[in-house]
Order: sequence, then structure tokens, then C-alpha cells
Amino acid sequence: MDPIVIAVIVVGVIGLLCAVMLTIASKFMAVEVDERIPMVRECLPGANCGACGFAGCDGYAAALVEDPDLAVNLCVPGGATAAGNIGKVLGREAGDVAKQVAEVRCSGTCEATSVKMDYMGLESCAAAKLLFGGTGKCVYGCIGLGDCAQVCPVGAIHINGGLARVDTSACIGCGLCAKTCPNTVIAIRPADAHMVVDCNSRQKGAGTTKSCTAGCIGCRLCEKNCHTGAITVTDNLASIDYAKCDGCGKCLEVCKRGCLSALNITKAEVVNG
Amino acid sequence: MKELLAIVMAAILVNNYVLSQFLGICPFLGVSKKLDQAAGMSVAVIFVMLLATAVTFPIQFFVLDPNGLGYLQTIVFILVIAALVQLVEIILKKYIPALHASLGVYLPLITTNCAVLGVCISNIDNYLVTDFGPGFVQAMFNSLGSGLGFLLAMVLFSGVRSRVDKCKCPECFKGMPITLISAAIVSVSFMGFAGLVENLLG
Repeated sequence: MDPIVIAVIVVGVIGLLCAVMLTIASKFMAVEVDERIPMVRECLPGANCGACGFAGCDGYAAALVEDPDLAVNLCVPGGATAAGNIGKVLGREAGDVAKQVAEVRCSGTCEATSVKMDYMGLESCAAAKLLFGGTGKCVYGCIGLGDCAQVCPVGAIHINGGLARVDTSACIGCGLCAKTCPNTVIAIRPADAHMVVDCNSRQKGAGTTKSCTAGCIGCRLCEKNCHTGAITVTDNLASIDYAKCDGCGKCLEVCKRGCLSALNITKAEVVNG
Repeated sequence: MKELLAIVMAAILVNNYVLSQFLGICPFLGVSKKLDQAAGMSVAVIFVMLLATAVTFPIQFFVLDPNGLGYLQTIVFILVIAALVQLVEIILKKYIPALHASLGVYLPLITTNCAVLGVCISNIDNYLVTDFGPGFVQAMFNSLGSGLGFLLAMVLFSGVRSRVDKCKCPECFKGMPITLISAAIVSVSFMGFAGLVENLLG
């Protein structure tokens, strides 16, 4: 027989065997997937960026179908369009999901605290952090070199007075900044939280007083005066359970350090500051 | 036994696929940014290398060589390896979902990776003799060693890379250039292993 015929037959048969094997395997070993998963997946952009916190778009789509409480608006590149489409597929209102925003838990502006070194290195918080724990006197606070602003996909973060500030109207709550911040100064909170602690310092009171005029010293006055038990002080730092806080503003009145901020408070008796 | 150990050691250190033979550079540069990803990719590579050798070696011995079709080696091997990896992915997805979740992303990436094909072809070149059995065993051990060598290179380089990323380097070298330079230096360091196996186990 002509050698070329043998070659064609051999390769053809091998290819055919592979094809048959794969077809049979995909038929018999097909894993049943919820038909909504591919539909949700279609709504996502497929960038596999991981901003939602899952391993790629497939992971997020599967998690969305499995967990009815998962927010549909976690996709940053997809934005409101993707969230709306997913909401339609799953019969959930995209608007029902509480908006989350980033919160910079530091009030260490240039006036409140100062630097301990003349840093001339790379303009990056991560790099500065490697050098004696950062440029600032407080090793827990915002370094202010803007790693968060760089990573923000919507440009909602700006550095102002040595401190990162979040434009809450632009923030989409993706949490990329919180992941990037080497001091974990940034946290994600519900957009409608009443009260936030603007400090991340876990030093003892005396240490905080030395390094910053606006830091939480863990005096527990707010904890004692909170009637809902929303405030707890752990590691010399107050933290607020946003679900419990009703925004009465008592803590704000007793705080000597001014490291609490009132947001979204309508009650007239609260005096800011 | 000693001979097999020599094969594995030689494949890991002396003939390291990435650092000495420059095969499989794409995953080496692409997936070496993070240690966990690098390790996951390498485990997938070890798995696929073993599997590919187990299939392609008999094909060469029993199908291609008797019919004088050695020149079809490349095309047949790619076809078979790709189909096989697909099959393994389907099986894993059905029966071992946890393993599929950890290997799943990397399996399709390496179906036709040059290091995998390189291992198969070099096995044929080096270990295919008139007798099937012993050659096959040697080929399997060589694949294992090559896979472990890939793992070693990936893990080492992901460490190097994480340090290079933190360093202050000239603007013009940032990113890929400095990565390639570091890869070259790591590769040079592996030249130090030349002759190791002959003197240690030979």
C-alpha cells in the first residue's frame, strides 16, 4: 500500500479513537450543572480578574447560584449592567443589595501625625512598609503613598493631606484597595453605616498619643456609653458592629480623641465633633 | 535502581527542562508570579508529563515505528496528548471535584506545552530500544524527574520574582526585562550541576 495512505489511515484512526473516547466520556461523565450557572456566566465580562473574591468569573457565577444571599454587584468590570442582568436571571433585585463602600480607618493627616523619616524611595506604600514599618510615626496608619488610589478601578480614592480619602459616591465597594493596603487601614463597610472609627492603631494608649493626636487610645468610654452594645474595644482599638449601631451618637459625645465620625445621621441632637 | 535514581536526578538538576533546555518557558514566565499558582501549575505538569509518556511511548513503539511513520511523531503526539488531557479533565470533574478545582485552571494550559511534548520526544530518542519494558520504565522515571525539575524551577523562580518585584530597579528594566535577566541568572546557576550525576552515581 502507498505509504501516504497508511499514514492517513493511522492518524485518522488515532484521531477518530480520541474523538469517540471524548464524546462518550463527555456524555457519560457529564456533571449536571444548574442551568442558571451558564446564564449568569453569560452576564459576566469574563475578564477573570478576581475582584469579586472568587476564582474567576466561573467561580463567581457558581457561587451566585448556590448562595442566595451573595451580592450580585461584586463584579467590578461588569458594573451596574452585569449586576442588573444577573439580577434578572436569578430573579433578584440588584438594588436590594446593600451598597458597600471603602472606609479609610485613619485620621492621621499631616497635622495630626508626622513622619519619622525622610522617605526618598519608591512611591509605593508596600515598598515604604518594608522600611521600618512605614514612613509615619504610627505604623498602623495610612502611609499615604497611594497604592489604593492606583488600584481603584473607578478612581474613587485620592490622597489628600497625607491620607487616602474615599469618594463614597464613586466607590463601588469592590475591596481591591482593602486587599492592597499593606497596613489594612482600608475596610469595606455598608454605605449606610451610622458611625465609623477612623483609626487602626492597636498600640497602647500612651503610644498612640505620642504618634498621633487623632488616634483611638482604647479608653472604652464609647463602649461604656453605647446602649446597643455595638461598640467593642479590642487590642486598644474601638470597633463598631454596624448591624447593631442605631446612630444615637452617644459615643461621639464622649470620645475625647475625635476618632469617631458620624455618617448618615439624621437625629438633630447629635453635634458633630 | 541506581540507574533510575540517576535518571531522575539528571532530569531534575542537570537537564532541567526549563533552566537548562529552555523548554516550557511560557508557563515559567507566565505563572511564576505567585508561589501557590506556580506549585499548582507544576503539579499539573508532572501529572500530564507522566500521562503523556505513558501513552505516547507505546504509540511510538507499537504503531508508528512498525509502519515506518516516525515522521508523524509530532502531530500524533500533540493530538493524543490534547485528547488525553481533555479526557482526564472530564474524569476529574466527575469523580474528584476537589482535585479538578485545584488543577482545573492549569490543565488546559499545558495540553500542548512544549515541555510536555519535549519530554515525550526525548524519551523516544533516549530510551526507545528493541525491548519495550525496560525502556518504558526508564522513560516514566525520566518524565517524573523532568516534572519535578519543572516544579523546582517554578518554585525557585517564584521566590526570586517576588523579591525582584519588591526591589527598586531602573525604570527601563521594570517588568519583563528584569524578569528575563533574573531567569538567565537562575539558569546560569544550574550550570553548576553539570557532571553532578556522573560523579555522584555514575
